[in-house]
Amino acid sequence: MTHARHQTRPLDKPLLKVSGLKKAYGAIQAVGGVSFEVQPGEIFGVIGPNGSGKTTLFNSMLGQITPDAGTIELNGEDVTKLGPLELSRRGVGRTFQTLQVFGKMSVRDNLIVAAQEHQGSMFGRMFAPGDSGLGDKADALIDQFRIRHVAQQKAGELSYGQQKLVDIAMAFMSEPDLVLLDEPCAGVNPSLVGSISRLLKELNHNPATGSRSSFVVIEHNMDFVMDLCHRIMVMVEGKVLAIGTPAEIRANKQVLEAYLGD
Amino acid sequence: MKRSTWLLGLLAVALLVAPQFLKNYGIYLLTYWLVFVIATMGLNLTVGYAGQKSLGHAAFFGIGAYTLAILMKAGVNFWLGLPAAAAICFFVGIILGFPALRVQTIYLAFATLGFNTAVWLVMRNEEWLTGGTFGINNIARPGLPGLSLDGNLAYYYFVLVVTVILALLLGALLRSPWGKAFRALRDNPIRAESLGVDIRSYTLLSFAIGAAYAGVAGALFASLVQFIEPGPFTVASSIMMYLMVVVGGPGHFFGPVLGAAVGVLLPEWLRFAQAWYLFVFGTAVVLLMIWLPDGLLSIPDRIRARKQSRLASQARARAAQAARAQP
Repeated sequence: MTHARHQTRPLDKPLLKVSGLKKAYGAIQAVGGVSFEVQPGEIFGVIGPNGSGKTTLFNSMLGQITPDAGTIELNGEDVTKLGPLELSRRGVGRTFQTLQVFGKMSVRDNLIVAAQEHQGSMFGRMFAPGDSGLGDKADALIDQFRIRHVAQQKAGELSYGQQKLVDIAMAFMSEPDLVLLDEPCAGVNPSLVGSISRLLKELNHNPATGSRSSFVVIEHNMDFVMDLCHRIMVMVEGKVLAIGTPAEIRANKQVLEAYLGD
Repeated sequence: MKRSTWLLGLLAVALLVAPQFLKNYGIYLLTYWLVFVIATMGLNLTVGYAGQKSLGHAAFFGIGAYTLAILMKAGVNFWLGLPAAAAICFFVGIILGFPALRVQTIYLAFATLGFNTAVWLVMRNEEWLTGGTFGINNIARPGLPGLSLDGNLAYYYFVLVVTVILALLLGALLRSPWGKAFRALRDNPIRAESLGVDIRSYTLLSFAIGAAYAGVAGALFASLVQFIEPGPFTVASSIMMYLMVVVGGPGHFFGPVLGAAVGVLLPEWLRFAQAWYLFVFGTAVVLLMIWLPDGLLSIPDRIRARKQSRLASQARARAAQAARAQP
């Protein structure tokens, strides 16, 4: 049994709605009244220079810090004060800026554990098969990410790039409605950046199942963001400078002056 | 047949046959070792699989022992006392798990150490309940219809059966999704929570199940030695149990079997060194920790890693040679 969140999403509402979000650390206003919406199936990029409040915004959306003001709605439900566990149960997946795999477990087990807690009850899982019936799904994702040759190896023994792929694949095992990707290209070589972009596009719209996932992506690699995202929000000093399509952002004079620098 | 299956079969035969060739003290020692295998299986779940630092395991061992002894003195049957000891330890284990939700690493170790000291003080000072330093004596061994377990040999086989049952239960638990959740909690709790793993519940359960195993071990210990006093349940015993888990290999299923052998049997084998035997034991442990910080059962992993590294080096050398050979 999986959570029935896919069936309960109202089609006429945004998947994610952030309204007037504020967070200050002492005298520093890290996020000062940020509002935006993410539609079902949309890839939404967040860019901005260092210290612009992207990470604070992300941590607020992921329940790791409580904002001072504002609301976050997921599928019309106020989730502002929910923690990471409750958000995961409501269909929010994430990746981290640094590698976060389970180093002593095999790649396949990493993927299985990434979704097993969405299956049945905790008590029931004590008597469930070791792979929770997720073996085929894990294998399919392993093939899609082209990491079959290392599937049985301990994740901690893989190269950085391979671990990055495992890290991203884990976020998609439970078929989340919304995935927040924190700098997915940080520290990876250009050819792997291309692979990650291709994979994210595939995962955004799966023609086989017809399912669509939405992403919010923080990334400094402009080519990657411009190629991948449907819309982009530019943040400067904790505030929204602009929201628009990649073409609109590229043409925005304020953005060019404040961030892109040409 | 796999090598591990052969080794397991060999161990089973040795455990069944060895007592026939041993004198009374040898059989007693083997039973003592099995009791510590059970206790450290529980600690291995808490420490080795779930990654929680506990230095209070001897407190549960003691609670199990005193629960059985007090209940039997009150006329309760052993067969009710044994599960009662496990159940009480399970619930006290949940309570001890709560500090782990707030503190980790060395701070959690000190919190559990404080718990052990508090429990030990209750055992020593509450004479009306525990007998204080005089302890509780004449704790009877159990019996089955038509079968007495009074003798050391019969009691050994009884403890062996309990050990095997508890090992099978733990093995099944670790193979289930719970086992993966415990490992995920150990390896990376922040990531685990972001994937929907209820780290709060699994932390509490790792303490509670580990404590229940210590409770059973304590009850079997009480019936083995037939006299208990606070001495074997001090912080020093907790540290010794932790050492057994670390020496065996934390997170390795059979780690407690080897670890308890090092902790219980090795000092006995070193008695030839007479007054120096504890010095030799201590030196052996220091050397083990230097060369095998992940425990004795990490040796196969080390061999495998070296082999992989050697093969990778050979492959690189071949590739380099091929590249040089190209015009």
